[in-house]
Amino acid sequence: MIVCKSAAELEKMHRAGLVVWDVLQSLWPLVQPGATTMDLEKFAERRTAEHKSHPAFKGYRGFPCVLCTSLNNEVVHGIPSPKRKLKEGDILSIDFGVELDGYYADAAVTLPVGKISPELKKLLQVTRDSLDQAISMARLGNRLSDISHAVQSCAEGSGFSVVREFVGHGIGTVMHEDLQLPNYGEPGRGPRLQEGMTLAIEPMVNAGGPAVKVLGDEWTAVTVDGSPSAHFEHTVAVTSNGPWILTRPKDVSGPSWEV
Amino acid sequence: MAKRVYREKKKKDDGNPKEDAIEVMATVIEPLPNAMFRVQLENKHQVLAHISGKMRKNFIRILPGDKVAVELSPYDLTRGRIVYRYK
Repeated sequence: MIVCKSAAELEKMHRAGLVVWDVLQSLWPLVQPGATTMDLEKFAERRTAEHKSHPAFKGYRGFPCVLCTSLNNEVVHGIPSPKRKLKEGDILSIDFGVELDGYYADAAVTLPVGKISPELKKLLQVTRDSLDQAISMARLGNRLSDISHAVQSCAEGSGFSVVREFVGHGIGTVMHEDLQLPNYGEPGRGPRLQEGMTLAIEPMVNAGGPAVKVLGDEWTAVTVDGSPSAHFEHTVAVTSNGPWILTRPKDVSGPSWEV
Repeated sequence: MAKRVYREKKKKDDGNPKEDAIEVMATVIEPLPNAMFRVQLENKHQVLAHISGKMRKNFIRILPGDKVAVELSPYDLTRGRIVYRYK
């Protein structure tokens, strides 16, 4: 069942979203060559506790950590580890969510480590753009797959491919609500967007082919052809004033993420 | 966190639940109504067994004292299916 949230509920989700935003922003400067993904995990855990909120991922279906850190060819759900050192030229996707006061918010960003190649830069740019275009489609009266189609046409139009096995999702009092939001599809299908729907829109774009596989730890998804992959995400509410990005402050405008 | 799309996997033994049974030797003790028999297994357990569809279709007659092969359900060990009558 798709749950439409009241204005008060959206405010609560926005509060959770601001925590996510703050944690991700404060992680930003730590993404440097030499840091391990476990360093980021530790920092995020402390920061979340300071906000008196609960990490949404830890323990979800047995996921062991607060952050998902996915390097280069890892698509999503990488598990932080003291052995994974960032090095110059890597790209690192950080996915993070919290629960505050019973409501969830979820966001992700892919960051360059030091200087990256122009190809990777383009991958990040295109993925970010596809998220922007998807968010701009999250308007009353549109249908769900209009969002999906926006991601697909943007990513594939630039010669990249979108991941099929993982999808965006409805979000609210649980992290994954019923609604599934693939990043591909024909426009004009699926349920109509209504006021109060909250979606985690998350394009996952591969530089090579769309195929992914999950490693033996049952979480880390990697591209089959080893090509790098980027992932950006925001929790977005559909309102009568247009899309409202819950996982960033209201006074921030412009593109969804800086790349 | 991206939601993983779980595609429903088809079980290999789908459509044939009869494959899991345990087959044992038994002796028929008494006939019961509805093509059921009380049989005694080699381990002296008595179970209620009915005749398999294939045997019923081919009119294999079963009399008390016959040696038969019985498949036991792994779920309910007091029930079985007679799948073969030895001559």
